[in-house]
Amino acid sequence: MIAEQVALPIVDSPVLSLRDATLNFADRALWSGLDLDVRPGEFIAVLGANGSGKTSLLKVILGKNQLSSAQVSFLGEPVRRGNRRIGYIPQQKLADEGTPLRARDLVALGLEGHRWGIPWPSKKRRARVDGVLSAVGASEYARVPISTLSGGEQQRLRVGQALADDPRLLLCDEPLLSLDLAHQRAVSELIDINRRAKNIGVLFVTHDINPVLEMVDRVLYLAGGRFRIGTPDEVLRSEVLSELYGSPVDVIRTRGRIVVVGTADVPHGHPDGLNTHHDEHHDPHHAGHDVHEATPL
Amino acid sequence: MTVATAVIAAAPHGLPLADDLWSQLFNFDNYGQLVALLINSILAGAVLGLVGGLIGVFVMSRDMAFAVHGISELSFAGASAGLLFGVGVVQGSLVGSLIAALVIGALGSRARDRNSITAVLMPFGLGLGILCLALYPGRSSNKFGLLTGQIVAIPNPQLGWLFVIAVVVIIGLLVVWRPLMFSSVDADVAAARGVPVRGLSIVFMLLLGLSVAVSVQIVGALLVLSILVTPAAAALRVSSSPVVVPVLSVVFAMVSMVGGIMLALGGSIPISPYITTISFAIYVVCRVIAAIRKRRGISGRLAPESAAARSGSPAILGS
Repeated sequence: MIAEQVALPIVDSPVLSLRDATLNFADRALWSGLDLDVRPGEFIAVLGANGSGKTSLLKVILGKNQLSSAQVSFLGEPVRRGNRRIGYIPQQKLADEGTPLRARDLVALGLEGHRWGIPWPSKKRRARVDGVLSAVGASEYARVPISTLSGGEQQRLRVGQALADDPRLLLCDEPLLSLDLAHQRAVSELIDINRRAKNIGVLFVTHDINPVLEMVDRVLYLAGGRFRIGTPDEVLRSEVLSELYGSPVDVIRTRGRIVVVGTADVPHGHPDGLNTHHDEHHDPHHAGHDVHEATPL
Repeated sequence: MTVATAVIAAAPHGLPLADDLWSQLFNFDNYGQLVALLINSILAGAVLGLVGGLIGVFVMSRDMAFAVHGISELSFAGASAGLLFGVGVVQGSLVGSLIAALVIGALGSRARDRNSITAVLMPFGLGLGILCLALYPGRSSNKFGLLTGQIVAIPNPQLGWLFVIAVVVIIGLLVVWRPLMFSSVDADVAAARGVPVRGLSIVFMLLLGLSVAVSVQIVGALLVLSILVTPAAAALRVSSSPVVVPVLSVVFAMVSMVGGIMLALGGSIPISPYITTISFAIYVVCRVIAAIRKRRGISGRLAPESAAARSGSPAILGS
C-alpha cells in the first residue's frame, strides 16, 4: 500500500511538510488528505492531469493559495506569502521585447530584487552573479538582452535566478515546457546537480516524467481528487493508476521511457472547465495526457 | 496677464504665408530677454523631462502606454472641471488623473482588461472635459492649452505645485525602483520572493497619476505620451541595461522638453509640436541605430570559442 506517506528513516527533518492537506476549488476537492514530506536534497516529480491541482499545490506552498484544511510547514514554520528560502521557477513565458534587462540582471533580481532603492554597483553582487551565470552555462550571453535569448537560454537563467540566493526548496512549474530535448536535458541536469550538491529539496511539476525519470526520487501523482506517492516504480504501474483513475489505464515501459495510455477518456480525470486558470499556460495538446503522449513525433 | 498670452498677442498676423510661416515657427528676436523671462518654465520642462524619462521605463516594462493615454484624458477632464469651478487647473487635473490611475490599476491587472477599461474611460474623460470647457466663460486660449500644452502660460504658484509633485514622483520612484522593476518584469517570481507586488502596483499607479497630472499642464493631455513613453521607448531600442536605459530615457526626455521650449519661445506656436517632433526624431534615430546593429550582427554575445571554454557541462553554484 503506497497511498500513504512511506515511512522512511528520517535523516534530516523535512524542508517541507504537508499534513492531511485539502485544497478545494469551488465545491470540489482538488485533493484531500495529502501528506507529503520533502526532505533536503530530495527530487519529487508532481504528475497528474491538467486541472488536478499541480500548480495549485505550488501556490499553496508559496502562500498564494490557502489550504481548505490543515497546515503546510516550511523549515518548521507555517508557509507565508513570499519566502526567500524557496526558489521558484514558473511556467515558461518568454520575456517581452523591450524588457530593460540583460541576462545578468535577471539573475541579480533573484539575488536582491526584493531590496528597496536603486541597485548601486557592488563587487560582491557582481561576483555572485558571475558565478551563477557560469554555473548555468550562460556566461557568453551575460550582457545580452533577455528578450533576444532563446527559450532554452531564458530557462537556464530562471534556474540560475531561483538558485542564486541559496534556497532550501526549489519549486519548478513545468520548467521544461516547450524546450527542445537538448535544453530539456541541460535544464533538468542543472537542477539535479545543484539539489544534490546543496541539499535542496525539489518539487518538480511536469506532464512528462521522461526527461527527469533518472533523477526522480519519488513521484506524487494527482488525479480525480486523489493521489499516490512513492517511487516511480511503485506509482507508475498499470494497476496503481487504474485504481487512482477508477478506469483502465495502461503504463507502458519502452526503451527507458514511460508512456501512460488511457487517461484521456476518464471523465473526471481532466476537469479543465472548473479551474482553467490554474493551468492556462499549458499546451492544450497535452490536456488529458499525463505522463507522456503515446507517440512522440 | 501671463507671458504666453503676451507672446501670442505679439505674433504678427496677416503677412504673406511663406514669410509668415517661418517667423511663426522660429523667431529669435529678443531671445535673451525671453529666456530670462521664462527661466522657470524651462526649469519646469527639465524637471518634467526627469519625471517622464524615469517613469517611462516602467510604463514600457509594464506595458501601460495606452493606460497613460487614458489617464491623461481623465486628467484633462479634471483640469477642465477645476477651471470651470475655480478650484484650480493643477488641483483638478491631479484629482482626475489619480482617480483614473487607481481605477485602471484596480480593475485592469491583466493587460487585456486594462486596455478595455482604458478605452472605456478615455472618451468619457474627453467628453467630460469638453463639457466643462464649453460651460467655462473664460478665454479660449486657456481651454485649448489643456489639450495641446501651455507651459509658458503657467503662473508661478502653479509652477511651484508642479515642482513639488515632480519631486514626490522622483523620490518615490527611487525608493521602490528595484522591487518595482522585479515585479514589472516577473510578478510571479517577485511575489514568491516576498516582494509586495500588489502594493507596489498601487504605488506605481499613484506615481503615474501624479506624473500625468504634471505632464498635462505642460504638453497637454493629447501629447502626454510624447514625454512619458517616447523617450523610454527610444532608449529601449538602443540598450537593455537597467542603468543605461533610464539614463538615456531621461536625457532624451530632457532634450525634448527643454529643446522644445527653447525653440518655441520666439514663435507664436504652442510648444507641443516642438517637443513632440524632437522626441519623435530621437525615437527614429534610435530605431535606425538598432536596425544597423542588428544587420551587423552585434548582439552582445561573446565569441563562441570563449563560450565553449566556459559553459561545457553544467556546474554547481557557489562553493
